[in-house]
This record gives sequence, C-alpha cells and structure tokens, in this order.
Amino acid sequence: MIEYTTYEHDVLVIGAGGAGLRAAIEASAAGVSVGLICKSLLGKAHTVMAEGGMAAAMGNVDDRDNWKVHFSDTMRGGQYVNNWRMAELHAKEAPERVRELEAWGAVFDRTKDGKILQRNFGGHRYPRLAHVGDRTGLELIRTLQDHGIHQGIDVHMEVTVISLLKDGDRVVGVFAYEREHGRFRVFKAKAVILATGGVGRAYKITSNSWEGTGDGHALAYHAGAELIDMEFIQFHPTGMVWPPSVRGILVTEGVRGEGGILKNSEGKRFMFDDIPDNYKAQTASDPEEGWRYTQGDKSANRPPELLTRDHVARCINREVKAGRGSPHGGVYLDIAWIKEKLPNASEHIKKKLPSMYHQFMQLANLDITTTPMEVGPTTHYIMGGIRVDADTQASTLPGLYAAGECASGINGANRLGGNSLSDLIVFGKRAGEYAAQFAKENGHGSIDAAQIESEAKRALEPFDREGGENPFVIQNNLQDVMQKLVGIVRLEDEMKEALDGLAKLNERVSRSSVTGNIDFNPGWHTALDLRNLLTVSEAITRSAIERKESRGGQFREDYPDKDPAFAKFNVAVREVDGLMQISHEPIPEMPAELKAVIEEMG
Amino acid sequence: MVDYRTEVSEGMVVLDAVHQIQAESAPDLACRWNCKAGKCGSCSAEINGKPKLMCMTRLDTIDVTKPVTIEPMRAFPPIKDLISDISWNYEVKKRIKKFKPRPPDAADGTWRMQQSDIDRVQEFRKCIECYLCQDVCHVLRDHVKHEEFIGPRFLVYSAALEMHPLDTEDRVDELKDEFGIGYCNITKCCTKVCPEHITITDNAIIPLKERVVDEHYDPLKKLVKLFRRK
Ligand SMILES: Cc1cc2nc3c(=O)[nH]c(=O)nc-3n(C[C@H](O)[C@H](O)[C@H](O)COP(=O)(O)OP(=O)(O)OC[C@H]3O[C@@H](n4cnc5c(N)ncnc54)[C@H](O)[C@@H]3O)c2cc1C
Ligand code: SF4
Ligand code: SF4
Ligand code: FES
Repeated sequence: MIEYTTYEHDVLVIGAGGAGLRAAIEASAAGVSVGLICKSLLGKAHTVMAEGGMAAAMGNVDDRDNWKVHFSDTMRGGQYVNNWRMAELHAKEAPERVRELEAWGAVFDRTKDGKILQRNFGGHRYPRLAHVGDRTGLELIRTLQDHGIHQGIDVHMEVTVISLLKDGDRVVGVFAYEREHGRFRVFKAKAVILATGGVGRAYKITSNSWEGTGDGHALAYHAGAELIDMEFIQFHPTGMVWPPSVRGILVTEGVRGEGGILKNSEGKRFMFDDIPDNYKAQTASDPEEGWRYTQGDKSANRPPELLTRDHVARCINREVKAGRGSPHGGVYLDIAWIKEKLPNASEHIKKKLPSMYHQFMQLANLDITTTPMEVGPTTHYIMGGIRVDADTQASTLPGLYAAGECASGINGANRLGGNSLSDLIVFGKRAGEYAAQFAKENGHGSIDAAQIESEAKRALEPFDREGGENPFVIQNNLQDVMQKLVGIVRLEDEMKEALDGLAKLNERVSRSSVTGNIDFNPGWHTALDLRNLLTVSEAITRSAIERKESRGGQFREDYPDKDPAFAKFNVAVREVDGLMQISHEPIPEMPAELKAVIEEMG
Repeated sequence: MVDYRTEVSEGMVVLDAVHQIQAESAPDLACRWNCKAGKCGSCSAEINGKPKLMCMTRLDTIDVTKPVTIEPMRAFPPIKDLISDISWNYEVKKRIKKFKPRPPDAADGTWRMQQSDIDRVQEFRKCIECYLCQDVCHVLRDHVKHEEFIGPRFLVYSAALEMHPLDTEDRVDELKDEFGIGYCNITKCCTKVCPEHITITDNAIIPLKERVVDEHYDPLKKLVKLFRRK
C-alpha cells in the first residue's frame, strides 16, 4: 500500500506563474475553495524572468492604437493560423487586465502626463508594452502574489504533479509528490487548471529555467487531451552566447526597442538586406528612419531589427552559417552606438536597461554602454500546447482547463513579444472564472485507487534500479538531439533521426536510476521530468514533420515556402492506445467583422 | 561538510559548479535555482561565508586554489544540502496589510502618477526576495528574533506600500509594535548584501523609523490620528 495525504479543493490550479496566479485569484473571488500548486517557491516561476513588458492597446503613448490594431498585429505575427477568437478576446481585454494590476499595487513606468508608459516591441505597430524597466515579469508576479496571499488560496509550494486522475473522461484530481521529503499527495478537485508554462528545457540552448519541462503539456496529453501547434517553437533571436555557462540567457528585445542594432563580423547591419514582403510597408527604409522610430517619431517606420522574432532569428542563423558571425558563434548587438545620437547615452542605457547592464557586467565582464554584445538565437517559448476553447479555456477533457504558455491558440505560428504576459492575465482570469463555474455545477468525482497505486510505483522505480544511468546525463543527451535535429532549421531526414534518438532515450530512461534518499533529490526529480520532456519532444518532432511548409516558428529547409494549404488547419496530437496520433484540426472561418478589421488595418 | 571536486572553465559561476557536480558525481545534491540570471532570488547561499546568489558569483572572482565553501543560508532552519526552510518569510508577509488604493483619479478608473513620485517605490519593488538581507541581519541571525522582528526584506516591503503614492492604508502602529522596527540599529549589513542594490537602510528603514517617531511621539499628530480613526 502506498501512503499519501489527500487534499480537497473546488478548483485546483497547477502552476504559480502569471497565468496560474491570475486564475487562482479569479476562482477564489468567485467564492470557491482554491488550491495552488507549484514546483518552486511562490514568486519564483518563470514569469519572474520576463523583461520587456506586456502588450495592451491602451493608446497611452500613441492614441492611434486600439484593439483592432493589436488584433491584426497578433494575427499577422502568427501568420493567420491563430485561434482568431482568442486573438480578439486578448486584444480587447488586455487593457482592462493591465489597469487592474495597477489597482492591485503594480507600479508601471509613467508617461509625462502620468499614465502607464508603453514601449515599442517587434511586430507591434505602435508603442504598446506596459513595462517596468526591464523587469516587467517581476512586477507582474509580485503584484499577483501579494494580492493573492490575502485571498484565502491554499498554496502548496515545492510540490510536483506527476499525473492527472480521472473518473471516466473527466479529470477529477491530481497525483503529486512534495519535493522536501518525497511524500505523495492526492488532490481531489472539481476542476483542474493547468498553468505550467513552457518546454524550453527540451533544448540545449534555452532561456528557460529547470521548470520548463513541458509538464502540463505531457500531463494533459497522457490524460487524453489534445495538443495543437506543437511544431511552433519560438527561438528568440538574442540570447547570450559567451561565456559558455550563460549561453541561452535572454537579452531582452527591449535593447533593440531602445535603438540597439545587429551587425555581423564585417560590421554590416545585415537586417536591412532581408525584409519580408508583408512587412515592407511598415519597415524603415534607412537607419536614420529606424532610429527616429525608436525615439518615438510617429511618422517613422520600425527598424528591421524589430521584425518578428522568427525572421530575425533566421537572419542571425544565416549570418553565422555564412561565416560572418562573432568569435563565439553569434552576431553583434550594439546599443553603445547610440552615443553618436544622445549626449548622455551611457546613463540613458543604464536607466532603460538596468538588468541587461548588470547581467553583462557581472556574467560576461562586458560593459554594454561601450561594447557590443555577442548574441545568438535561444529556445524561448512554445506557441503550441493544450487545445482550449477560446472563451472558457476548457480543454478537450471535461473538468480540465489550461491557460498561459501551456495552452495554445492565441499565438498561431509565432508569438509577438509582450503578448505572453498579457495572455497570462487575460486567459488566466477566464480560466479561473469558468473553472469556478464548472466546480459550482459539478460535485467531486471519484478517485481510482488503482491509478494511484500504479503511478506511485512508476514514480519510485528509479530508486529500485541500481547502477543505471544518471538522469542528468540523459537529459543532456535529449537536449542535444532536439537542438541539433529539430532546431531553427528543420529537415525531414534529420527529424526522423530525432524520433529514433528519442526512442532510444526512452529506453535509457526506463533503465536510469537515482542515488541517495528520497528527500529533496534533484536526480529523482529530473528522472520524473524526463518522461514529460520525451513526450513533448516527440510531439514537437512529429508535428514538425507533418507540417511540410515554413511558417513562423517552423522553418523547413526542404519546404522553405509557405503553403496556403497548410494555412487551413492546425496540427494536433493525441494519445491513442499509448501511441501518438496526428490529425489536422480545420481552422474555422473567420467572421466577416474580423476579416474586415484585418483588411482595414492593412 | 562534504568535499567535491570539479573542473572550472571560463566564465563559470558557483551555480554551474553545483550543477556540474550533480551531473558528474552527486545527482542528489539539493539546491534551489530558477533563472540563472539574478532575477528570481532562488539560489541564495553563503559562499566562503558571504551571503550571495550562486548564479551571479563568478568563480574567477574567488580564489579557487583553496576549497570554496558553499553553505545554505544560516538564519533559517536547514533542510538539506544548500536548502533551508524559508517558509517563515512567507508567513511574515501575510501579516502586513495589503495595498489599499485611493479612488481612481480619472473617470475611466485609472490613476495619474508622475515618474518622479514613484522612483523610490520602484527601487523597493526591484526586490527579488532572495532573503540574503534577512540572512545577514544580526537581529535574526544571531539574536533569533523571528517572532518580534520582520527583518529588512519586510521593512522594504512595508516601505514600498507606505510610500506608494496611491496607498491609503496605515501600517505605522504595527511597524512599531508587532514588526519590531526598533530592533534595527542601522548597521547597514543588509544594504551591503542586497544583489539588487536597494538602499535598504537609508531609503526604506530610516524613513519608516521617522514615520514611527512622528506618529507616536508628536502629540499633535497622535491626536489627529485618533480623530481619523473614529
Ligand atoms: C527570459 C524571459 C523573458 C521573457 N520576457 C517576456 C516579455 O517581456 N513579455 C512577454 O510577454 N513574455 C515574455 N516571456 C515569456 C513569458 O515570460 C512566459 O511565456 C510566461 O511567463 C509563462 O507564464 P505561465 O504562467 O504560463 O507559466 P510559468 O511562469 O512558466 O509558470 C509555470 C508554473 O507551473 C509550475 N509547474 C510546472 N510544472 C508543474 C508540475 N508538474 N507540478 C506543479 N507545478 C508545476 C511551475 O512551478 C510554475 O509555478 C519571457 C520569457 C523568458 C524566459
Ligand atoms: S540595518 Fe537593521 S535591518 Fe539591516 S542588517 Fe542592520 S539591523 Fe538588520
Ligand atoms: S531587499 Fe535585496 S537582499 Fe533583501 S530580499 Fe530583497 S533583493 Fe534580497
Ligand atoms: S537562479 Fe535566479 S537568482 Fe540565481
């Protein structure tokens, strides 16, 4: 008999990033009992790392902005395979959600007339990102955390969920262990919300923390829910490349927003060479115009450095492959050059980009106010995830909801910077609201003791084996496979090789073992995370093979062009009899009003 | 203490060394971390006796010809290896009255604030809750006044609320009575270790102390306060 403690909540939220916290606050405000589970301590989730800002068409800086422009920017950025209803709701509701943060104590940077300041970001037509220097994620998570702790939410910190419990089709709870002593816990819930974030740890070079192992994606998948768009991974163009230990750590797009430019080893500003047709009309025609844009000139178009991330990342990749890279395999990002334009440039940079200044000074011994940075693409975000209903965030399983990065739809093939933080609060709120409603309308389901028994047994297996491989080594190998074979530039043969590689890794995981006891044992935790990483890696790879075209986050060297036939559906995966099944989910026709909006915005 | 050996390469930070040890020889070695970029405040430890973030401490700033000691924060009960039980901090925060804004300034429910009026509060809100300041403060570390004193982190938090231009709540009584601001004798050790360079003592604690003095020892203000309370 396995020992465990049982907890009961009306709504159970898994994940305490922006999405999970916002959902928990909403559900508890609706009057149901709420539990909140997270792998780390409260306030440490990935959201804390977000830098640049959150996108909301408040029009504080440029009054030409409104939800229609934001909506059409999001759709264009996503290459029109987004869930248009989500993009619409997001654009309409983000301003209200941001203002609400202010009412809860957030302190955003201000405009001259005392309103919330907004900054430029790639793919957004007008200055749209509410921000606090370059630590916006910290402001968001702390505001929600400090508001949430007074709401009577039961927080279970350093607890990891390892499976969803089901009663028939319906999700009725979760099975978890607490990290401190490895004890098992069962949580019964009338409704469960997944808000577990991303999958960046499937890749070697990533901006994501250890938590980004795709747990929510994998939990939902193994419970029978559908995932869509898993081929669409965002490689952020600017991660640190040197020294090796910081490879992948993010350099915010805000650097380019403040006037930073990209150059190759020949000193050439290469982004002007390759501007996609559908962005030509909105892009600066020369460096001077680009500079004026970053300084708030409303008549100027944006510099090509601020084109969408997928495009900029590929251009950098091309420069490096063509032998025009920096010494450590990146290109140069130069903000120091603005001293030609501004008298007190050095102070200005430190004020606008304090944590970037800090990060390079401390980790790379480099002063960004005098010296260009070396940067290269880093795995950053997954557009794909759990398929949800746009209005309610309900997954394809009753009782299961999803919000934030682990849910899918709003971003289509590519996410615009700043659209994640706003996504978290818009859809976190909706998930909380509808999950609470579901919990009011339904009683608790019944928990299957046999399922608990078998999950616990599986979780403890690595302790029973002796002399097996160290899980950290396997995780490293997995990251190599995905980085090399399913990265920025993809080929069918390589991806098939990746599938073989993943199958072998799966074998190795089943023979891995852990040493030491069960108390706070990172080796064991990693062994359990590996299953999730393997599941999402397989989903990414199979979906990428299925989409035989290039679009947004997916670039296929063997199919380098966009194919209109692939604009009509999302690639979906589902577990059927233990195997991954691929299908095409047709994208519903956009209503006439929204089509008109897109046409109007050009 | 346990000895581990691992190779040091260019640019490596202390947290990299810990990860390398996990991968090479001790997968069960426990530590907390998330961002690896000084943004989350998870990886606090005492490195050669100094409270620091492991992810922001480069090994080339430390003498590695001698063994480097890494210990958990000592002002809190140890759990395992580099992890201590910091749950007390979460309990303390709950006791501090939450933000209570004045009614909105504009008809659309928004407020107006000038950047110059929020610079100070933004400084405090940079806090990543690493609790290194709590770890180093002698009132907690040596005198174990966890019951009577909330520590520098939560004085900063209180200051951020008290100096928030929109806030209308009053926390001065608690600061004096329950939160023990009087225990702080301005040694400034907390300010020195703050990785976010928050001027904890000068900008947060001293002005709060002044408010306590003003409200409690100025007879006129005390009177006004009593009236307001009615
Ligand atoms: C460096 C960086 C900068 C960024 N900057 C921006 C930006 O400027 N603007 C923007 O819009 N976006 C930005 N992003 C993206 C954005 O930060 C993330 O997409 C977003 O924060 C994800 O939030 P979330 O709430 O979905 O999940 P997260 O914040 O990732 O939180 C996930 C939560 O789920 C928990 N969890 C996961 N698995 C389990 C499990 N098995 N059991 C229990 N709990 C679990 C975790 O502990 C955590 O609490 C940035 C990302 C990075 C990495
Ligand atoms: S200044 Fe006050 S709070 Fe800071 S370490 Fe000294 S006694 Fe503690
Ligand atoms: S005030 Fe500074 S030292 Fe103290 S918890 Fe915050 S960031 Fe850490
Ligand atoms: S890991 Fe986030 S501060 Fe060190």
